[in-house]
Amino acid sequence: MQILLIILAFVLVLVVILQVGKVVELVSVMRDEDERTEDTSNSVGFLFLLSGIILGVFIAYTTYTEYGKFLPVPASEHGVWIQDLVDITLYITGIVFIITNVLLFYFAYKYRYKRNRKALYYPYNNRIEILWTVIPTLVLTIIIGLGLNKWFKIFSAAPTEAIQIEVTGKQFAWVVRYGGKDNELGKRDFTLSTVENELGVRWKDKQSKDDFLSDEIVIPVNTPVHVNIGALDVIHSFYLPEFRVMMDAVPGIPTKFWFRPTITTEQMREIKKNPEFDYELACNQLCGTGHWNMKKTVKVVTEAEYKAWFAEQKSYYKQNIAKIQGEDASLDNDVIAEANPSKN
Amino acid sequence: MVTSATGEHALSMIGAGGHHKETFITKYIFSTDHKMIGKQFLFTGMAWAVIGGLFSVLFRVQLAWPDETFPFLEQIFSNWFDEGHMTPEAYYALVTMHGTIMVFFVLTASLSGTFANFLIPLQIGARDMASPIMNALSYWLFVLSSLIMLASIFLPTGMASAGWTIYPPLSILPQASSGSGMGMTLWLVSMVFFIASQLLAGINYISTVLNLRTKGMLMTRMPLTVWALFFTAVVGLLSFPVLFSAAVLLVFDKGLGTSFYLSDIFIGGKALGYSGGNAILFQHLFWFLGHPEVYIVILPAMGIVSEILSISSRKPVFGYKAMILSLLGIVVLSFLVWAHHMFVTGMNPFLGSVFALFTLLIAVPSSVKVFNWLTTIWRGNIKMTVAAVFSLGFVSMFISGGLTGIWLGNATVDIQLHDTYFVIGHFHLVMGVAAFFGMFAGIYHWFPKMFGRFMNETLGYIHFFITFIGGYLIFWPMHYLGMSGVPRRYYDFNEFHAFNEYHDMNLLISVSAIVVFAAQFIFVINFFYSMKKGRKSTELNPWKANTLEWTTPIEPGHGNWLGELPTVYRWPYDYSKFEEGPDFIPQTVPLTEADIESDKRLLH
Repeated sequence: MQILLIILAFVLVLVVILQVGKVVELVSVMRDEDERTEDTSNSVGFLFLLSGIILGVFIAYTTYTEYGKFLPVPASEHGVWIQDLVDITLYITGIVFIITNVLLFYFAYKYRYKRNRKALYYPYNNRIEILWTVIPTLVLTIIIGLGLNKWFKIFSAAPTEAIQIEVTGKQFAWVVRYGGKDNELGKRDFTLSTVENELGVRWKDKQSKDDFLSDEIVIPVNTPVHVNIGALDVIHSFYLPEFRVMMDAVPGIPTKFWFRPTITTEQMREIKKNPEFDYELACNQLCGTGHWNMKKTVKVVTEAEYKAWFAEQKSYYKQNIAKIQGEDASLDNDVIAEANPSKN
Repeated sequence: MVTSATGEHALSMIGAGGHHKETFITKYIFSTDHKMIGKQFLFTGMAWAVIGGLFSVLFRVQLAWPDETFPFLEQIFSNWFDEGHMTPEAYYALVTMHGTIMVFFVLTASLSGTFANFLIPLQIGARDMASPIMNALSYWLFVLSSLIMLASIFLPTGMASAGWTIYPPLSILPQASSGSGMGMTLWLVSMVFFIASQLLAGINYISTVLNLRTKGMLMTRMPLTVWALFFTAVVGLLSFPVLFSAAVLLVFDKGLGTSFYLSDIFIGGKALGYSGGNAILFQHLFWFLGHPEVYIVILPAMGIVSEILSISSRKPVFGYKAMILSLLGIVVLSFLVWAHHMFVTGMNPFLGSVFALFTLLIAVPSSVKVFNWLTTIWRGNIKMTVAAVFSLGFVSMFISGGLTGIWLGNATVDIQLHDTYFVIGHFHLVMGVAAFFGMFAGIYHWFPKMFGRFMNETLGYIHFFITFIGGYLIFWPMHYLGMSGVPRRYYDFNEFHAFNEYHDMNLLISVSAIVVFAAQFIFVINFFYSMKKGRKSTELNPWKANTLEWTTPIEPGHGNWLGELPTVYRWPYDYSKFEEGPDFIPQTVPLTEADIESDKRLLH
C-alpha cells in the first residue's frame, strides 16, 4: 500500500511537470524565434550561473569544514611525505579547478545569446595551443617527479633492524605471525596446509620454532616494521589508513610493505580526543560477503611496552607440539627434544 | 569511386530514397537501416540504464540506513532482503551488476552504438554503414548478451558478485562467493557475445568512415563527432580482444581445472590443486581493456560536446586540429597506462613509476581539450538550448573529475587513496556523469533528426538542473570520504570506527542519489511523450548547423538522401564567418572568393 501511494504520488508529480512543460511550449511557439531564444538564453544562462555559484559555495564550504577534519593524521614517516604531496596536489589542481570552472560559468553567462550580436570567428591559434600543451606538461612533470622521488623511497629495501611480521588474509580474517626471538619467519609450504596448520608452516625449518601468532598487531613506535603479506584463498588487501599503508595480499605471490610508525595509540587517542580510539587493519580488496568485516586491532606502543609484551609471547610451535608431532612424523628427534626439554 | 558506386547500388536496391514497402518486422525489428539500429541501441540502453540506476539506489539505501528495516523493499526484491535488511550477498551482487551494466551495456554499447550508428553515415554523407547486415548482427548479439545477463539476475544462487572487474580467484571459486557459480558463468558467456557485438560494430564504423565518405568529405573536413566515434572504434577494436582472451582463460580455470590465474589456494579447510598460476596476470589483461574502456566511454561524449558547443555558440570549435591531435594522443596513451589500477598489487616499483608517468601525461591532451572548449564558448553567442547546457555541464564535470585523476595517477598518493571513495567520486564524475551528459546532450540535439519532433525544453531544463546539482551532491562528498580513508565496496561501516564517523555524508549522498534517479524519469517521460506527441519539426535545419545530416529530409528514409549524395566543399565549423549574411555556412556550400580571402587572413 505504502509503495503504491509513493508510486502514485511520483507519477502525479511527473504528469504535472509534463503539463507545465506543454503549456510553456504552447505559449512560446507563438513568439518570434530569435526573441524566444534570447529570452530563454537569458533565463537559462542566469540559472546556469546561479547553479555554478551554489555549487561553488557548497564545495568551498565543505572543503573548509571537512578537509582538516576528515584526513586522518599520518601516523608513519612516509605518511607525512604522502600528506605533503596531497597538499601540493590539492593547491595545484585546486587553482586549475577554480579558474577553469569560473571561466566556464562566467563565459556561459556573459556570452549568452543576443539577437544583435555576432560571435567572433576565431578558429585556431597555434601559439596558444602550444602554450597550453607545454605548461600542463611541465607542471605535471614536476608533480610526478616529486611523487616518484618518494615512491622509490617508500618501496626501498627495509632496514635490516626492521621487525619481521607476517600478515595473511583469509575469508574473513587476518592471521598475524611474528618472527620471534630470531626475528626470522619460518618458511611455509602451501602443500602442508591443514586445518590445524593453515599457514602451512614448515616445522622442520628451525626458524619457525620461535615464531608466534598474535591476536593483535603490536608494534613499537619509531621502529621500522616489515610486513610480509600473503593470502590463503582470494585476493585481500592489507590496509592501514592512518599509516598510509596499502598492499594487496595475493594467494601464491608474496608481497611486502615496510613503514615506521611515529604516533603511539595513546598519543593518537589524545590527538583525536577519543579515549576509545584504536588503529585498525582493514581489507581493501573485495574478497567476498564478509569483506567489510575483516578487522584486526593494531597497537603502536613504546619500545619498553613492546619488549614487555614480546617477552610474554609463547612460541606457537611449542604450544602445539603434541598436535604437530601427530601430524608430521618426519620431525627429527632433536627438534622434539628441543621443544620438550622436560622429557630429557 | 568506391563511394559513389556503393551509394548508387544502395539507392537502386532500396528504390529512390526509401519509399519501398516495409513491414513492421523489417522496419522496426530486423532492420538494416543504420538509423533504426542506432535507435534500437538507444532503447535497449535506456532500459539497462534504469535497471543499473535502480541497483545503485538500492545499495545506497543500505549505506545510508544500515540499521533500518525496509519491509516494502523486501516485498518487491524478496531474494535480496532478509528480515527487512539487504543481505551482504545481494549488496555485492548489486554493486557488481551496477558497474557491469553501466560501463558495458549503457556507456559502451548504448552511447557508441546509438551515436556511431546514427551519426557516422549521416555526417559523412553515406547511405548506410559499410555492412548493414553486420551492423544488425552487432545489435542482435548485444540483445543476446543482454538477455543472458538479465537471466543471471534471477538465478537462485545469485548473480555475479566479484565486482565488475571480476578479479580471480574470487570470481572463479564458488566456495569463495556464491555468485561465482552460475552467476559468473552467465556473466562470462554474456560478455563473450558482448565483445563479439562490439567488434562487429567497431570494424563496421572504421570501414564506413574510411571508405564511404561522400565526395569532398576529406578526413580533415569530418565533424569532431565522427572523429571521436572513429577513434572510439579503433580503441575498442584493439582492446576488447584482450578482455576476450582474459575471459577465455578464466573460463578454462573455472571449468577445466587449468591454473592460469590460480596458485596456492587453501579454502574451506582444503588445499586446492592449482599451482603456478598468477592472479595478477588477469588484472593486467583486464585493465589492458579496462583502462582504454574509460576512453571508449568518454571519447564519443567529447565529440558530441565539441559539436554542440560549436553549434550553440555560433562559433567554430577552437583548434579543430588540436582537438583531433589530442584525441589521437588520448588513444595512444590510453594503451600505456593500464597498470595504474594496480599500483598496490605488489608489482615492481619501477614498473609502477613508468605507468605513473604516462598516466599524468594523458592529462595533457585532456587539458588541451578543456582549454579549447572554454575558448570555443569565449566571445560566442551561446543559444542556451537543453543540449547546450548539458554540454556545458559535461565540461564542468569533466574538469572536476579529471583533475582528481592527477591525484590518483600519482602512484605515491595512490597508496593512500587506492580503492577508497575518492576513486568512486573521481570516475563517476569524469566517466559516469560526464559521459551521461554527453549522451543526454546528443539525444536532445539529434532528437528532431531521429523522430521528426522536438523534446520539450522546459522538462529538459528541469532534468538538467536537478541532475547537474544532484550529480555534484552525490559525487563531490565522496572525495572527502576517500581522503579520510573510507574504502569502497563496504556493505556496512559500523565495524570500523575509522570509517563510521561520516554518516551524515553518506546520508547526503544517498538522498541526492534517490532524487537524481527519480529525476531521470522526467527525461524518460519527455522522451516517449515527445516521440509521439512532441512539437513537430518543420524546418530542415532547426539548429542552423553546418553538418550533412541536416541536408536530408526531416525524417530520412533508408538511404538518407532522396537524390544524389551531397558534395562537401568546406569544414563543418564555418559559424559567424562573415559580418554579413547568415551566421552559418553548411558544408555543401562551395567556397567563394571571400572564403579564400578570409582563410588567407587567418594564416597571417
